Amino acid sequence: MSGNGVRERASGVRVLLVDDEAGFLETLKKRLARRGLEAETAGSGEAALEVLARVPEIDVVLLDVKMPGMDGIEALQRIKAARPLVEVILLTGHATLEGAVDGMRLGAFDYLMKPCEMDDLLAKVFEAKARKAELEGRVAGAGGTP
Amino acid sequence: MFDRHYYKSLSRSMVLTVFLVSLTPLALVSAITSYQFHTSYKDRVQAHLRELVLKHKRNIDGFLAEKLAVVRVLADIIPEGRFRDPAALQAILKSLQERHHGAFVDMGLVDADGVQVAYAGPLRLERARYAETRWFREAMRHDLYVSDVFLGLRGSPHFIVAVRVRASGAEWILRATVDFESFNELVESVAVGQTGLAYIVNNQGEFQTRPRREAAVGPAEMRGILLRAAGAETRGDFSPESAAAGIRAAQSSVALDVIHEPAGGKDVLLLTAPLKDGAWTLVYQQDEADAYASLYHARNLSLFAILAGGVGILLMAVLVANRMVNRIVEADRERDMMNDQVIEAGKLASVGELAAGIAHEINNPLAIMLEEAGWVLDLLDDESLRGHESHPEMVRALKQIRQQGGRCRDITHKLLSFARKIDPTVKPVQVNDIVRDMAALSEQRAHLANVRVSVDLAPDLPEVPASPSELQQVLVNLINNAIDALERGGELKVSTRLDGGFVRLDVADNGMGIPKANMARIFDPFYTTKPVGKGTGLGLSICYGIVRKMGGEISVDSVLNQGTVFHIRLPIGEARA
Repeated sequence: MSGNGVRERASGVRVLLVDDEAGFLETLKKRLARRGLEAETAGSGEAALEVLARVPEIDVVLLDVKMPGMDGIEALQRIKAARPLVEVILLTGHATLEGAVDGMRLGAFDYLMKPCEMDDLLAKVFEAKARKAELEGRVAGAGGTP
Repeated sequence: MFDRHYYKSLSRSMVLTVFLVSLTPLALVSAITSYQFHTSYKDRVQAHLRELVLKHKRNIDGFLAEKLAVVRVLADIIPEGRFRDPAALQAILKSLQERHHGAFVDMGLVDADGVQVAYAGPLRLERARYAETRWFREAMRHDLYVSDVFLGLRGSPHFIVAVRVRASGAEWILRATVDFESFNELVESVAVGQTGLAYIVNNQGEFQTRPRREAAVGPAEMRGILLRAAGAETRGDFSPESAAAGIRAAQSSVALDVIHEPAGGKDVLLLTAPLKDGAWTLVYQQDEADAYASLYHARNLSLFAILAGGVGILLMAVLVANRMVNRIVEADRERDMMNDQVIEAGKLASVGELAAGIAHEINNPLAIMLEEAGWVLDLLDDESLRGHESHPEMVRALKQIRQQGGRCRDITHKLLSFARKIDPTVKPVQVNDIVRDMAALSEQRAHLANVRVSVDLAPDLPEVPASPSELQQVLVNLINNAIDALERGGELKVSTRLDGGFVRLDVADNGMGIPKANMARIFDPFYTTKPVGKGTGLGLSICYGIVRKMGGEISVDSVLNQGTVFHIRLPIGEARA
């Protein structure tokens, strides 16, 4: 826990956690909150899309690949379609690397293997947020609209 | 055990089938032809012998009739008085002897009282008395008479031809003695083969000629045969006329018997023909074996041919069956090997599925547990809790939970990599490149373990169809294993070579080697000799699966405390395009 450094970087980063395991979601949310990250949770792909529609400030989505109903890859495509600038980090519970690679090809920022270290997770989230910020800046500059 | 039995019975039935199928027509054809040949040849031989006997019967009957006719002519045309004159009788005899090649020995005129009144010949038989002799009594009853052969007064065998003459109011008998020897010769000349034998017997079975050898049947048996052969043969007057009639009628009168000779144990052909109106019988005997010699010879020859053919067929059948069965054995063995490989592959696949399932099911709870542990650690970070005396111990325990959870995660990840299909796209791969890359990649780890890595690559190695990532995984696994085996440092050498239609890849270390007991199991999934937590026992099974999938082979040579070499052979051809 790098204490304040993390907290500073975390401020203003809004995260959406998508996983069908409620226990995992809750704990991760609490841990992220402790590090200053505000996290929303969704138990499924559909729920994630709803949350995204409801909370437009979300920067990074942590998306479980294997879920009942709509799976991570499909959810990723729909998220990217709805909110192209939102960065998605895939969480794979099993090593379906193809899934991860497919996800990367479809626009995911990166992938993490479950279970993952909190430090790795945070690092990835901050990278994603930084990229999003950069892209947003570029879009704003190019498009001319504030 | 069962297998050997099975193949033996298979071979046996094949031999039997081939043998029977080939031999049956052969045997059938030979049996039919030999039967036909047998009967026709026997018929021919018998017909020939009948003809022979018949001819001689005619000759003998003719001989007798001729002698009889001559004496009768003499009796007819020469007045009785001339015979009384010894000089005239001597002249007649001389003439007879000259014209008949000495067949006539002597002549005599006997009166009705049986007293020989005139005689010409080599003996002094004038006034000899024949009244009591059988031939005389018989001669007095018939016009013409030919006696049986008897010793007579001279003590040498002969027979008498007698003609009854009626002259000067009384009956006289003109008798001539016919030489037995010349007659005997006539009969003796009837001989075929080695055992052919002809002789003449009278109704009592007494020999009329002197057979060269002992006859096949005794007088008693001969009588039985004669009775049967002659049937109700009439004992008529024998005369030149009746002889001629007999010759004409004799066509069917040759009887053939087959007699088993008890003494010699042989079967004897016995041909009988009536002579002298049935008073005598011409007997011809020949051993069957001799008569049918060429038949038996041909039969033996064909039997030998069949036997030799049968042996040949049997040998061929055994040879062919053995060859076939060996092929079947070979094919079965190959099939068993294939089965084993399929089973091995299936085992790997099912283990892989199981592993993936377990890993996946464990991973999620594991993630939650680790998150919870992390969360508790986060909470323990609070100022208010730090002062608690158990705080350091709780942090230590939670860190331990996290660490062990990490170990579990490593295991599940390796399990998943065992089951997962990394990029399986097959393309032409230069093995040397991959070896170089992987050796370089392992350099750091090897350096830490004090292992010197060297590569020995064959130039101009052809490319093999393979998945590069799979091949990389194989090499990484083998190199890591080798480094693990070199606990106290050592050398690791990766070499490539062209080996027939294969690219051969050897990974050799001079480490501790693999004990014999472990050899059989090193490719089994989850089999490991490494300490708990160090290895999953999946590396070599992954290598095995990949190499087999590429149509290659993986094997290992190991000497304890000297080192281990893993050999991989990858087919160059378009094995699995």
